[in-house]
Amino acid sequence: MDQFIFWVAAIVAVIAAVRVIFLKNAIVSVLHLIVVLVALAVLFLQLSAEFVAALQVIIYAGAIMVLFLFIVMMLNLRKDEFGSDRLPGIGVLGTLAAGALLGEMVILFSGEQSVAVPSPEGFGGVRSVGRALFGGYLFPFELTSLLLLAAVLAAVVLARRRSGAGTTAQTHGGREA
Amino acid sequence: MLPVPLSYYLVLAGILFTLGVFGVIIARNVIVTLMSVELMLNAANLLLVVFARVHGDLGGQVMVFFVLTVAAAEAAVGLSILVAIFRRKGSIDVDRLNILKG
Repeated sequence: MDQFIFWVAAIVAVIAAVRVIFLKNAIVSVLHLIVVLVALAVLFLQLSAEFVAALQVIIYAGAIMVLFLFIVMMLNLRKDEFGSDRLPGIGVLGTLAAGALLGEMVILFSGEQSVAVPSPEGFGGVRSVGRALFGGYLFPFELTSLLLLAAVLAAVVLARRRSGAGTTAQTHGGREA
Repeated sequence: MLPVPLSYYLVLAGILFTLGVFGVIIARNVIVTLMSVELMLNAANLLLVVFARVHGDLGGQVMVFFVLTVAAAEAAVGLSILVAIFRRKGSIDVDRLNILKG
């Protein structure tokens, strides 16, 4: 049964990942990426990582992918805005490069043996992950707040609407008046 | 015990990561490029969770948390750059972005 769940989740994840890359419609691509994320969350559950699986669904599929979906819908791209054909031969070169990388990884990984230790009680639950996060990893955890602050500032500055220097000056004038 | 041998997980993560690399190489628009980067991050997440389980060490799962934060920041900044480019150029074709001066 465990093996069956693994194979279903793995096959769904790979097929959806392929479709993410090759579909023409960006909205459908985003939805397929959500399928990949949920399939990976199933695998996380199987590996006794309940908290990470919940984060994966709530934050990744729920928040980040909705941001993607929002941007795709906001840009409202027409067919011709998805870009012209790429340089000739880029598909062949990309296939060769990615295939070589995959071959290397399969050769490297296929000799590994399963050596899992039995997991202790509550491994991967909210309590144990929380203890690790606010125990030994407290400083990196605090640093992520700086990262998020920088990201918020960057997003606000970049997405601010300004059509030129004149408009900026007008905005400033308006604010003073 | 793991449900399937460790190498299965490693090969699955390898396949997902390679698909992400492939997507970055051949993607025609920036949205698909960003989503391929997310695919690669998820392949790394899968390996972190697998090895956290194998070694019985929660450090791997905490790292997934940090990767999630980085992915959120990357998506926010990347998508706002995308919106800025689209406002200026009216297109998000990566091959048409060939000048340094905006």
